[in-house]
Parts: sequence; structure tokens; C-alpha cells
Amino acid sequence: MLDFPRWKYALVALVTLLALIFALPNFFGTDPALQVARKNRAPMDDFARQAVERSLTAHTAAFHGDYLDDGKLIVRFASVADQLKARDVVNEFLAVDYISALTTASRAPEALRHIGLRPMPLGLDLRGGLYLLYQVDVNGAVAQLLESYDQGFRRTLSSANLPFNDIATYTSSKSTIPNALRVSLPAGADVTAVREALRRGNSDLTFSIGSDATGPTIDMELSQTQVRARQDYALQKNITTLRNRVNELGVSEPIVAQQGIDRINVQLPGVQNSAEVKDILGKVATLEFRLEDSQNSAAEAQQRNRAPLGSKLYQMEGRPVLLKRELIATGDQLTNATSTNGNEGPEVNVTLNGQGGDSMLRNTRLNVGRRMAVVYIEKSRETRVIDGQKSSRDVTTEKIISLATIKAVLSNQFRITGLSSVEARELALLMRSGSLSAPIFAVEERTIGPSLGAENIRKGVQALLIGMLAVFAFMALYYRRFGWVANLVLVANVVLLTALLSFFRATLSLPGIAGIILTVGIAVDANVLIYERIREELRNGVTPQAAIRAGFDKAWSAIRDSNVTALIAGVVLWVVGRGAIRGFAVVLTLGIATSMFTSLLGSRALITIMYGGRRKVTRLSIG
Amino acid sequence: MEFFTKATNFPFMSTRKLWYGLSVVLILVAIGSFFVRGLNLAVDFTGGVQVQAGFSNAVNIDALRSGLERAGFREEQVQYLGSSREAAIRLPTQANQSSEAIRARVEGVLHAIDPRAEVTSLDVVGSQVGAELKSGAVVALAATLFLIFGYIALIFHTWRLSLGAILAVLHDPILVLGAFSLWHTSFDLPVVSAMLAVIGYSLNDTVVVFDRIRERFEGSRRLEPVAVLDQSINQTLSRTIMTKVVTLIVVVALYLLGGQALKGFSEALIIGILAGTYSSIYISSAIALDCGLKAEHLLPTAIKKPVDDLP
Repeated sequence: MLDFPRWKYALVALVTLLALIFALPNFFGTDPALQVARKNRAPMDDFARQAVERSLTAHTAAFHGDYLDDGKLIVRFASVADQLKARDVVNEFLAVDYISALTTASRAPEALRHIGLRPMPLGLDLRGGLYLLYQVDVNGAVAQLLESYDQGFRRTLSSANLPFNDIATYTSSKSTIPNALRVSLPAGADVTAVREALRRGNSDLTFSIGSDATGPTIDMELSQTQVRARQDYALQKNITTLRNRVNELGVSEPIVAQQGIDRINVQLPGVQNSAEVKDILGKVATLEFRLEDSQNSAAEAQQRNRAPLGSKLYQMEGRPVLLKRELIATGDQLTNATSTNGNEGPEVNVTLNGQGGDSMLRNTRLNVGRRMAVVYIEKSRETRVIDGQKSSRDVTTEKIISLATIKAVLSNQFRITGLSSVEARELALLMRSGSLSAPIFAVEERTIGPSLGAENIRKGVQALLIGMLAVFAFMALYYRRFGWVANLVLVANVVLLTALLSFFRATLSLPGIAGIILTVGIAVDANVLIYERIREELRNGVTPQAAIRAGFDKAWSAIRDSNVTALIAGVVLWVVGRGAIRGFAVVLTLGIATSMFTSLLGSRALITIMYGGRRKVTRLSIG
Repeated sequence: MEFFTKATNFPFMSTRKLWYGLSVVLILVAIGSFFVRGLNLAVDFTGGVQVQAGFSNAVNIDALRSGLERAGFREEQVQYLGSSREAAIRLPTQANQSSEAIRARVEGVLHAIDPRAEVTSLDVVGSQVGAELKSGAVVALAATLFLIFGYIALIFHTWRLSLGAILAVLHDPILVLGAFSLWHTSFDLPVVSAMLAVIGYSLNDTVVVFDRIRERFEGSRRLEPVAVLDQSINQTLSRTIMTKVVTLIVVVALYLLGGQALKGFSEALIIGILAGTYSSIYISSAIALDCGLKAEHLLPTAIKKPVDDLP
């Protein structure tokens, strides 16, 4: 007698059903689509949706449906021509408030999307686009931090009338990059007094007393944690900035992700013109904290189109504002800006370094009740083609991102309140973007044309189908009915793998497709092991049903032990690899796991249905 | 259908010196080629510029090459890519040149030859990225081998099988490297991942054989190791070959139909799978035997029990 526990049947049925549902969206294909978003990054709502629809209809741009997705409007089209026409309409008539990007939308029914089922996103090698790998100068960020401490120390010691010979950066024995400052004092100086002065306001730093040939010294060494925190801050700051700017580009489904400890990987599907992108991504931003000029009338200045001496005229939300030219603090003195929910509602917590804090204290002491502005300044390089000649110029844009009343004397830590939570988040983001910046530069750049992407996916899928068909034919010939069971299980394995990849939103790349193909080959292995074992048992004269049972049972240890070695290789690749290689590893690892499930449980369920129970089996159709 | 109707009985163990010899020769050729000819490392590892271009008609590689020379490029490598209407151009790192500038110069050369030519992909890789990838690949290889050694020692209770498995499996990436060096095929990142996949996958067979060895020894621990090893390999032979045939079917489909981007990858898999099949049949168990493999190594806990529990 051959049987299989009922709960295992149920498990196989349930997993198969779930796998089918999750894999389903991948089989519908895609329509050309346009992604429309608000320029100010507020989410799209029904009002905005109707505005876009009305405009498209008014300009006879045909579309067949749209939906809101994650704060963006996706409009679908029957053809690429319609898609391009609609983009032109949006760019021409709605460009003030909206930004559009060409994309694709799954043809899967709405119902699937509503319950969160989506097809796997395609990697750049399958859809075309621009891949950039930026190197962040994290060591430069540490050097900048030391530089600002250096200046701070000099000021502190001068104002306390404590003489010193020099302050210099050096590399401590524990570090590979400069991470420490040495204050050299004249012989006979009051070392303790100097240390106490330095320690004030810098309680997080450690100072040690020593001496060199010229006299006593005080060393300040950043701990490994402090260095790492600084590097990480620089990296995170750049990631935020890049994300911010990538949104400006109006690219659909961009990826900006950290890679390793000092790299940022930017993937922009559909983008071909790297020059424009790099201009926007490579902008340099800074901040200025300045007092409002309340003695003069901004409206008058605007009328005369001239600011009074010592002031500068700005626009903020359509109203003129006069700001003093004198700086209170600048972006390179900002060490952190975060948005939180405080007692008075959403707020931005700002931290300045010692120098910025001193200046803030001096300036606000006399100006409580007046308003202080934060100006965001962006420098970019704009390339234009005039009469076939490329010319580039540096463009500076200045914008007031915050204008708030000073309620108390401020020093190196203060809050900006009276904001909505969106505004607070946005302000913190912009302030961080303009703070101490570690330079970034592209170390790797890959552009894949859309036609090459389409060809890659077509060839990959073709190889998968032909390969599977060949395996089907071979297995059916060699193992007869058992071969067909293996084939069915193989299809189930590909479906299950697709479902898992879709569930985890893994990006499908060309190596990923190769991984699926290799998995097909590997997945057959477990079945072959079982079938060969069954044949062996049959040759030894065992009854068919006992042979099946022995085949599954005895093959189990071999299947388990042998798949683990492939899993080890897969996991190592997963951990060490990056980009497309990681995609391959993910598919390979998941594929081995799913193949063990399908061939041990799935095929056993099918074979038990065929040959199980109390019926009399005299022959197996196993070739 | 059945190719292995009768149980085979090849004397793998007594002929092992011959197979060792063959492996040593192959490995020496591979290593020799590696040192003499080197590897044709792709921009993934060396840094530099890789351009793929599509043409409306068959393009003359020499014309393309001289066009590039006239445009001031040096040390360019140009070759067909799949068809005569596609070409791959490889250039060394272009100092102080933006990718747009490189693209514009290359497009200038292409358009002079064929106005409808287009750049289908352009990769600019910094040399430091390449250097890191090289060390990353070596780390991955070492980590994989180390983990597998430990895993086999753990499940089979003996380092002898681990050593056999590792030596047999080392053999496979060395032969892949040798083949890529002999034929000067472009060695890129996907090839490295194929090599690692091959290590994991070809060990598969070795472990299946080991599993059978353990089973035979469990049946009777008095059997001669030589006989057990021969029988185990013979009994799993049909499975080993069947599995590899099926895997080769899909990998060959990938090689023939998967397009240029996966050529090197599938080539590495084909060579690796063939080498892996050979090494797991002829090498891994033989090395374990020469390390003195005996039943008690695989079944260490049973040793304390009475050998014979008949009354």
C-alpha cells in the first residue's frame, strides 16, 4: 500500500494555488503608460487626476484608463504613439504643476493590483536605462569635520586669551585616515585650563595631554564610532540628496541605494541622456542662515527693483522678502537636521557645529522677536545647445525654505516649529541636502538602450521556453508517465519561483532569467534521483508500490545533502555579489529551495494519486 | 527508454592513477595557459569603456578600427557581437573625459561608416571598481570552498571525503579558467557567478556518491573500501549522467538562444558541468580512498557498539 498524508496533499494544493495567484500578474504583459506626479511632491489625488484627464481629453490624446498608485497617476495607452502624444500634452499644458515620465503598466486586471499583486519589476538590462555608481568621498567628510573643529578650537582659545602655537591634523596610530587634531602649546602653558576651555561645548570629544619637542600638546582623537558616524552621515546625506533630485527628473521607478560603505547606486529606467541627468544629480547645494531686514519695506524694494544697501531681495511664495546680506551661519556648519513630532506639532531639530552655534548665539541675543530665514542655494552646470554649439554655464538658484520668528536666544541646537508634517520633513531634507557635503563622483556608468533591453528579454524567455520543451521531451521519452509528472512539477517549480520573486518584489534581470533556466536543470535532478532509485528497487525485485516508497525515502538524504552544497554557493554569491550577480544568486537560491519542495512533496502527491491506495499495481510507467 | 538497464561495473578505483594523470595534465595546461596567455578580462574587472553598437548593414571591423584610430582612440579592441551587424568596442580608461564626450566621439566614428548606426549600450567603469570586484570574486570563491569543506566534514564525519570533494571541485573552476584563457573569451562578472554556481552544482554529484558510500557501509561495514566506492559510483552513475544531460540541455539552449550577454556565462556553465561530472565520478572518491577512507570514518558513533550483535 502506498499513501500520502492528507495534510501534505492540502499543503501542496495550497502552495500551488498561492503560487498561481502571486505569479499571475507576470503573464499579462504591459501597456505603454505615463506616470504623472505633482511637482511639489504632494501625492496625486482625484482632483489632480481629473485635471490630467480633462487636459488629455481636451487635446484629443487617447488613453484607456488610469489609476492612482503610491501618490502618482498612471495613465495607460494602447500604443506608444498615444503615449508620446499624451506626454507632449502634459509637458505643454500641465508643466507648471505636474511632471511626467514614460513607463509601462501591467495589463493585469485592476482587482489583482488592488490586493497588492504586481509583476516582477524588470532590471535595466531588460528595459533599458542608465546605471550610475557614485563614489562618496567619506574621508573628505571626516576631514571637513576636523577642519571645523580646528576653526572652533582656534576661536575658543583666542577668545579665552589662551596662547597656542598651532593646531594641526594628524593620523592616529589606530586609523588609516586623518582622524585627530593636535593643539601645540608654548612651553609652560596652562594645559589644564586649555583642556577645560576646549572641553566646554565639546563634551562628546576626548582630549588627552601629551608633549612634543616644542612643548605640551593636547590631542583630540575622533573615536572609530565617531569617524564611522561621520562617514555614514555623509553617505546618507548624499543618498537623500540624490533621491530628492532623482524625483525632479521625473523618472518612473528609480532606484537610489547604498552600496557598500561609500557608494551609491542609481538606476534610472528609460533614461538615455546621461549628460542631463548628471547635471541635475551633480548640483552643489548649500544653506545660509540670515536675518530678515525689518527696517526696510520689501514691497518698496520690489517696486524699485532694488534692495537697500546691505540687504538682498528674495521672493517667497510670491511675496517679496528682504534679507540682510550678513551671514549668521552656513550649510557647512550644519551637522544635522531632523524632523520630529514635538510638543508644538511637527518641527525640525537643527544642530550646528561650535562655530555656527557661537555665531547663532551672538546674532540671536540681540534679535529675539525678529525673523530669521534659511536660504537654500543650488549651483548647477547647465548645458545648452545653441546653433549646434554646446555651451555650459554655472547657474545659481536661491530660495528661502524657511522664514521663522526667533522666539529665544539660540545656540548650536534649536528647533523650527509651526510647520505641517510634510513641510517639516521637506525642510529637514532640504537642510540636510545643503549641509556639509562630501563630494561625489561617478565611478561606473552603464547605459543600455531600450532596443537592447527588449532583445535581451525576448532571447532570455526564448531560451527558457526552448530549454524547457527539450527537457520535457527528454523526460517524457525516458521516464514515460513518471517523466510527465516530473515535467508538471517542473512547471510548478517555475511558477512557484516566479511567485516568490514577485512576492519579494525582486527585480528580474538577465542573469536572473539565466538563474531560472539553470534552476530548471537543477530541479530535474531531484526527480531523476528518485526515479533512478525506484528503477533500482524494481530491478532488485521489489513490488512497484514498495519501490516508489523506497525510492522517495532513500533518495531523500541524497537530495538534501547534495542541494545544500548548491545552496551554499548561492548564498555566498547572494551575500558577496552585487547588482545583477545578486539577482542571479537570489533566483538560484530560491529555485533550489522551491525545487526541493516541488519534487519531494509535489511529485510524491501526484505519483501517489496515480499509483497509491489499495489498488493492485503490477507495472510502473517509468520507462 | 533506459540507457542503463544493466548495473554497470566499471573499475573506477583500480584505474584511478590514469584519471589522476589526465586531471594533472588538464590542470597543467589550464594553469600554463593562464600564466602564458592570461585572461581576457572584461571592463568589469579592468575598468575602461565598453561600447555596443548596432548597424543597419554588415559592418567592416577594420574600417571601424581605423575610424576609431583616426578619432584619436588607442588600444581599441573591436569585434563582432553575435552578428556582423553588431560590434563590441573596448577602449582603455579615457582620462578626464566624460561619458558623453566618449559617446559623442564614438558616435561620430560610427555615423561616418553607417549613418543609421547607433550605440546600444555604453559602459564606463572606473579602474578602482574593477580592482575591488577582482578581490570580491576571490573572497567569494574562497568562502564557498571553505563552507563546503566544513559542511561535508560535518555530515559525513570525515575530512577525507571533504578533501576529495574540494580537490575534485577545485579542478572545475581551474578548467573553466583555462578554457577562457586558451580561447581568449571575454571574462566578465557573469562568468564568475557561473563558476561559483558550477562549484555548488558539480559537488551535487559528489555528495550523491558519498551518500551512497555511507549507505553501503551502513549495510555492511566489513566491505572492502575499494569495492564499496566502485559500487557506489556505478550505482549512481545513471543518475549522475541523466541529471547532467538534462542540465546541459537547458544550458546549451541558453548558450544558443540567450543572446550575446549570456554567451560567456553559459559557456562557463557548459565547461564547468562537464568538468564537474568528470571530477565527481573519477576524482573525488579516489582521493578519499587514497586518504585512507574506511567504514569507521563515516560511521564513527557505531564504533563503540559491539560489531556483531548476534547471540
